[in-house]
Parts: sequence; structure tokens; C-alpha cells
Amino acid sequence: MKYYYYPGCSLEGTAKEYDISTRAFMSAMEIELVELEDWTCCGASAAPATGNLLSLALPARNIALAEKTNAAKEILVPCSACYLNLKQVEKKTGKDTELLSKINTILEEEHLHVTGGLRVRHLLDVLSKDIDAAAVSQRVQRSLNDMTIAPYYGCQCLRPYIEFDDPETPRSMEPLIEATGAKIHAWSKGSKCCGASHMNTQMDVGIELVASILKAAKGADAIVTVCPMCQVNLDAYQKKASRFAKEDLDITVLYLPQLLGLAFGLTEKEIGLNYNLAVSDGFRKKL
Amino acid sequence: MDQIQHPEPPEKGVSTTVPAPLRAIQERVYACIQCGTCTGSCPNAFAMDYTPRAMWRLVLMGEKETLFNSRTFLLCSACYYCTLRCPRGLPLTETMEELKQIAARENHPVHKKSVLFYRNFLESVRRHGRVREMEFMTLYFLSLKNPFTPLQFTPLGLRLMGKGKVGIQVPSKGQRRLEALFRKAEELEEQE
Ligand code: SF4
Ligand code: SF4
Repeated sequence: MKYYYYPGCSLEGTAKEYDISTRAFMSAMEIELVELEDWTCCGASAAPATGNLLSLALPARNIALAEKTNAAKEILVPCSACYLNLKQVEKKTGKDTELLSKINTILEEEHLHVTGGLRVRHLLDVLSKDIDAAAVSQRVQRSLNDMTIAPYYGCQCLRPYIEFDDPETPRSMEPLIEATGAKIHAWSKGSKCCGASHMNTQMDVGIELVASILKAAKGADAIVTVCPMCQVNLDAYQKKASRFAKEDLDITVLYLPQLLGLAFGLTEKEIGLNYNLAVSDGFRKKL
Repeated sequence: MDQIQHPEPPEKGVSTTVPAPLRAIQERVYACIQCGTCTGSCPNAFAMDYTPRAMWRLVLMGEKETLFNSRTFLLCSACYYCTLRCPRGLPLTETMEELKQIAARENHPVHKKSVLFYRNFLESVRRHGRVREMEFMTLYFLSLKNPFTPLQFTPLGLRLMGKGKVGIQVPSKGQRRLEALFRKAEELEEQE
């Protein structure tokens, strides 16, 4: 198996460990990732709030790079915000040729061109659909059977495009987590919004959303996420959320490939665990 | 958080002077039946002055002033729950984004902070192709001209630096990586 790989800006900075662990996990599964050469920002949530065409041209540039290289048929995207932006290009230009030609007029400035036909896929889509949970459990060296894990999906890998899971009651992470020996924390917050986009402009609103998710995760040993915005948001604001809720809400927040990597017996360094902000002693003891 | 005071509902009556961008928005939500599913699904409704349902009503009534003075669409975190559940299948989240675009173009004061945030983010992308987190946060704080805002972020910034995830970046000028692409997009956007 072979995919283009679009890491996106967060995975070069605040979500380094997501990049490290995704690459490590894929290499353990013998799946090849071809990083797009000279990729650029997808526009995050800033471009959609500024201009329609810009918000499509920025991600389209990266799809055009992939088309030019012609080495794989699908683009793997670990960040949910990047994923949605790239997916919008696939979906919208697929049925609107006028829009496609406008975008290509913009891309001409970069000597690039989008034709269509490449499929954009979220990391969780690939992990849950292309990789068999049985294949994962075969590689488990360190069973996590003392642990209970709360799967947190967030929003944009599930909605608005329904590609691989139920948009309200997602379960695609469960077989993968269970393959490590861990149990699933039963909760209803897995597909709720964490409010990450509020943190820079409306922090009080964001903290309230974070607190309600962390509260519901109580009893689990860790929350597992598949989005850098969600991970940083749930990881970095635990002190503020605890103060708001007037109770201790500290909990370990991992990326899914980090958890799977741990079960494969990869070292903490190999999955970038040193980069997570909150890894509790209790969690470490159970490893 | 303090309880948010809900203002009086708007006066009934159809405005005759609805400008074109807002008319396009009205057309998108024309089929709204005011069922309130969007409000019931919205994780941010608790913090909004008008609930999403009430805001769509303002849109349909052409209540431009009230609409752009409200914080409702600003508080949309693009979770896509309302879009998923609206029984009329309306593109609600996208329309929230379009309201943000109008607010950005027209410099509405209520939206100043988010507009500056997005603008500085894109400035960093325009310069380097990828966003440099620290550079753009520095640009953002400078543009806010509020000496206290950065303090809110200092503890987190220091922790991220301690982890080697972000470094101090002095805003850099010079050649702009995606200048041509941005210009062209802006040019076409103006013709729309
Ligand atoms: S869910 Fe749709 S139809 Fe119902 S009030 Fe909201 S916008 Fe209108
Ligand atoms: S997409 Fe925006 S308005 Fe709709 S439910 Fe989510 S936060 Fe609320």
C-alpha cells in the first residue's frame, strides 16, 4: 500500500508527535508514505472565514502537486481541518466545472493544475478501512489490557462528508483500540465539538467545551484523538478547565497512532511521547 | 461564565434595502422552517446572543445591523452538526463562514479580533507558504494593541517552547512565497 502524505503545518510544530507516530506506525505496518514535495498550508479555518476561492485554492495547490507527481492514487491527511479543506476541493470541483476552472486560473500562477480523480482520505479512514484490526493485533508486543481508552473523534473527519463512519455515533476507532488489548470507555462525547477554534479569540467559550469533554472522560486512562487541534486543545488547557469545573480534570491525551505504536512495543521516543504535554504518572505505570 | 443576556427579539417587518451579499445568504436559507434543530445541535448556542435558529430568522428578515452586531456566527466553531441535522438540508455551516467573510470585508467592529487573527494567520502563509506559529501569534498580538492579551497565552507558549515545538520567530519580510496565488484569488474574488 502506498499513499501521498500531507502532514500540514500543525504536524511540523505543536503536533510533532502526531507526525512522528503516524510515520512510525505506517512503517511498522509496511505502508509507504510519499510526502508531497513543497506542500503548503491548506488555509486552516482562516481562509474559509476570509474568501471562498482562497479557501479552495490553498488546498487545491497541494492536490495539484500530488497529481503532478503521479506516484499514488490517494492522499492521506492526519489533521482533520486539513482533511476537510482538501476534501472540499475533491467534492466541490468534482461536480462544478466552472469552479474548477476558476481554481485552475489561480493555480496557473504556480504553474499547477488540478484535473480531479485523486481521493483525499483521513488517517482514521485509512486505519479503520484499509488496515485490518487483526493485522494490528498480530503485531502487538505490549498488551494494553490494563487500560481503558476514551476514543475522541471530534468533528471534521466525520462531518459534513460521511466517508467512513457514522457522523453522530462513530465507532471506527474501537476495533483498533481493542486490538491493543485496551477497553473502550463508554461515553457520548466522542463526536462533540472541543471548541479548539475559540481558543485564540473566545477562550472562555472554548474552556467550557473542553471541561465538559474532560469531565466525561473521567475513569478512562487516556483520551485518544485523530486531530491536532483537538489534541492540543484537550491537552494544553487542562489546568484552566479544572479551575473552571472546580475539579481535577487532568488526563493523558494521545494520538491514535501513538497508542497503537506503544502496543507494538515502539519506544516512547519513537512515538514522540516526550512531546505530549500531559502524560500522567498513572498512565506511565500501566505501560 | 456570566449568564448572557438575551436581547429583545427584532421588530417584525421586511427590510427593502438588503444589500447583495446578504441577499445571496438569504437565498441559501430561504427554505428554513424555524424548527430549531440547529439550535438544539449547536455546542455554542449557550454563549450566543441569538441562537442559530433566531439568527437565520434575522437573515431572512434582512436585519443587517442586528445580524452583524450579534456574536452568533462568530461563535460558530464549524462542527457541522446543524448542517448534518437540518431537516431542510441547508448548508448552514458554510453559510456561517460566508457571514464571517462579509464581516471581514466590511470591518465590523464586533468581529475585529477574529478578523485580525485570521488576517495575520494568512499573512504568515502568504509569506512562507506554511504557517509559522510563533511568527503569526506575534503578528496577531501586535495587531491587537492590547498589552494584556499575550499574557493569557504565555504559560502555554513557554510550555510549547520547552518541548521544542515552537521557537521564537521574528516576523520576517522579504520575498513572499504565495504572493501571486493570493493576489489572483483576491482578484477573482472581487469579480464574484
Ligand atoms: S435546522 Fe434548518 S430548518 Fe430548522 S431552524 Fe435550523 S436552519 Fe431552519
Ligand atoms: S456548525 Fe456552527 S452553528 Fe452549526 S452547530 Fe456547529 S457550531 Fe453551531
